[in-house]
Amino acid sequence: MTSNKKDPVLVVLQLSGAYDALNTIVPYTDPHYLDYRPMLKVDPETVLPINDKIGFHPTMAPIKELYDQGKVAIIQGIGYPNPIRSHFRSMDIWQTAEPEKIATEGWLGKTVRDLDPNKENVLTAVNFGRGLPRTLAAPGVSVASVGNLESYGVLTGLQGEEQRSKALDIFARMYAPMIGSGQVNEYFSQTGLDALKGADILATAPESYSSSVEYGPDVFAQWLRNIAQVHLAGLGTRVLYTGLNPGTFDTHANQATVFPQLWTEVSNAVSDFYQDLKDHQASEEVVVFMFTEFGRRMQENGAGTDHGSGGMAFVFGDAVKGGLYGEYPSLEPEKLDEGDLQWNNDFRGTYATLLEKWMGMDSKPILGGSFEQHDFI
Amino acid sequence: MADKDVALMAHLMRRAGFGAPFEELEARAAKGYETTVEELLHPEDRPDGLEMDVLERYFTEWKGFSRGVPAYQAWRMINSKRPLEEKMLLFWQGIMPTSNSKLQNLGTQHAAVEMFRRCGLGSFRDLLIEISKDPAMVFFLDNCLSHKSAINENYGRELLELFSLGVGMDGKFNYTEGDVKECSRAFTGWTIANSIPGQPYGRYEAKFVYSSGDHDEGEKTFLGETGNFNGEDIIDIIAKQPATARFISRHLYNFFASDDVQIPSWMDTPPESPETIKLLEDEYFRSGYNIRSMLRVLFNSEGFKNARFAKVKSPAETVAGVMRLVGDWTDPRPGFGFVFDEMKYMGQELLNPPSVEGWHTGQEWIDGGTLVERINFSADQVGNINHPGIRNIIERLASEGPAISSEDLVDGCLRMLGHYEIPDDTRRMLVADAQDGGELRTDAEEFAPRVGQLLQMIVATKEYLYA
Repeated sequence: MTSNKKDPVLVVLQLSGAYDALNTIVPYTDPHYLDYRPMLKVDPETVLPINDKIGFHPTMAPIKELYDQGKVAIIQGIGYPNPIRSHFRSMDIWQTAEPEKIATEGWLGKTVRDLDPNKENVLTAVNFGRGLPRTLAAPGVSVASVGNLESYGVLTGLQGEEQRSKALDIFARMYAPMIGSGQVNEYFSQTGLDALKGADILATAPESYSSSVEYGPDVFAQWLRNIAQVHLAGLGTRVLYTGLNPGTFDTHANQATVFPQLWTEVSNAVSDFYQDLKDHQASEEVVVFMFTEFGRRMQENGAGTDHGSGGMAFVFGDAVKGGLYGEYPSLEPEKLDEGDLQWNNDFRGTYATLLEKWMGMDSKPILGGSFEQHDFI
Repeated sequence: MADKDVALMAHLMRRAGFGAPFEELEARAAKGYETTVEELLHPEDRPDGLEMDVLERYFTEWKGFSRGVPAYQAWRMINSKRPLEEKMLLFWQGIMPTSNSKLQNLGTQHAAVEMFRRCGLGSFRDLLIEISKDPAMVFFLDNCLSHKSAINENYGRELLELFSLGVGMDGKFNYTEGDVKECSRAFTGWTIANSIPGQPYGRYEAKFVYSSGDHDEGEKTFLGETGNFNGEDIIDIIAKQPATARFISRHLYNFFASDDVQIPSWMDTPPESPETIKLLEDEYFRSGYNIRSMLRVLFNSEGFKNARFAKVKSPAETVAGVMRLVGDWTDPRPGFGFVFDEMKYMGQELLNPPSVEGWHTGQEWIDGGTLVERINFSADQVGNINHPGIRNIIERLASEGPAISSEDLVDGCLRMLGHYEIPDDTRRMLVADAQDGGELRTDAEEFAPRVGQLLQMIVATKEYLYA
């Protein structure tokens, strides 16, 4: 735990599509790497070395800079038992923390329920994106899901400022709970009023925010800016979530063009976000966890790579003890799992670390068991 | 024609279909309630009204259906002239679902869509046989991994627990763990050809095959009966159980009439309307397990007719219902994907339910995120006074005279939206708001937008969340 008195905040970034672990943290001196990736290998000269074996993709310079300051933990070889090479099922597993059977409750939904059991704050968790990801879904948990912070709200399509403000006034009165109207009706009333209240409070976030950091124009960067705005507004939000659209990093083809472009955007956005928090003396309050559903196949398929297993995840923040965690999976052909890097540490160990050592919570009921924790916090 | 007849017709059409604009409701009410029930129950008597040759030119992925299956389903909900057929599809998909997140093979899932359209109103026994042979289901519940040397119980268990008997009834269990094993043995050899996952070999449609060499021919004892049962024999035994009659009756009541408790509670929680359930159970046996006959009994029962607004609309019902009301997307144009996406944002992704239990229904459709999506989507659509359905509403209201009182305007809008009912307090607020805008001249330019605004407020009410 950190010494600051503010409640710890967790930001989770879901980089959907399965980024290629091998070209993200590159084993640039391993002869097998050069063999498996005749076309798509990252030129060893351009790699940003971590040590004499591995280094960052050159487009990740902003993250490398944070790494050099000791603020980035790289979780190498992260994965889950019996790897499934389906994006959807794999993402379900990451989101529900349940690899054995199909579960419907998200691990962060359960986290929110434990953080705010009496539902005192309608903004304990905020998601940026359309629809609620399963990771934040749990019965009785209300999460604001924001497509666009500047235009978020109830009845946003109404024409005219005056008309809309009258409409919202009527809405609030229509949703006022009526005693004796039944449990379902009262639940709808509460949900409607929570949404209205959440939208009202969230609307204040961009107003109170000013920053010298200029985020990129891409949606991901803008959502990170929104996350900074919400956090800095001091609304008591403890869990913030966003990600790339499904399949964004799914580089079966054209990897040489797409992959560097994506990492450029993501690295800049993350580094801008950190800088923004730092400028506001808030970088000690937030830890960021960034993951993808799995790694990609060792052997390239021409211009791209197919689905694999063991992957890489990242944890950032002032509270993080930077460095390498887990082991870099072996590239020896006989150590591969059907042509993929073997995973060597269960993703729930990273979740447990974040929950226990950062959020100060009991992870067992959320993850359904105990998992070996890392020392990155 | 009496208002109460149109109101009842609005109720029938919301439940047995996806709602209808007021002109259609009036025309159907004039024909009569029972006549409409019979029409709905016999989709095969009329064309669905879809011009596939035209549609396929716009939506090229609808040719052959390796992609675009959920969007096509959404299109049919909005446009098919056989709405109960589409409603039955949604009903069965909620009970015997397969999920794209595991299959990643919409072409194979499309086979089940077609099967539910073909068999959804027929014999429940036949439907159980069909679903047991459905290649998507065989893969989804791992029956292809069940061998005579080593059974996989996944399908055998869910067939009993979720598709037919239910865990228990009246506080007692309906089957034992032993029955699950014997059931699973009987379904060994019911497998598929062509592996389903797209990776790494590409997407091929899977086909059901019966592998007699992998079928366990031995003697089995299932629900007290003993024999060398194969899958069909198991389904014959299942179909004649009172628990199956109860389970399917309760599902029909829950889906078409009134929200029941969630399914895992059915063992210990008795049905809300025991009389209606009894009618349905009796008809199940009388008709030889016929779903169409059960629905005829249900739609004509007092239990159904008195259950107006006793159900929370699902996202699919919400989106398709609003589209039918406003009359948009009757002709193809680019961008239809957003309609399917809206259902997803509201918590119901067609062909991809969160688990083998399908979707949790009723109040569980609504949370902070989905409520805002639902209200904003509905309000944006009904507030668009260029939509043909909204224009019709405005013209009908204007046809009543050069001026309209704010009371008549509010009541008129409620009627046109399907005879919705709102509490007096809410009605007073809307009337007062309508009055604030000054005298309502139906020939004035601002009449149309004022109607639009009022419709927006009505679809934002709690009451509009219900069907």
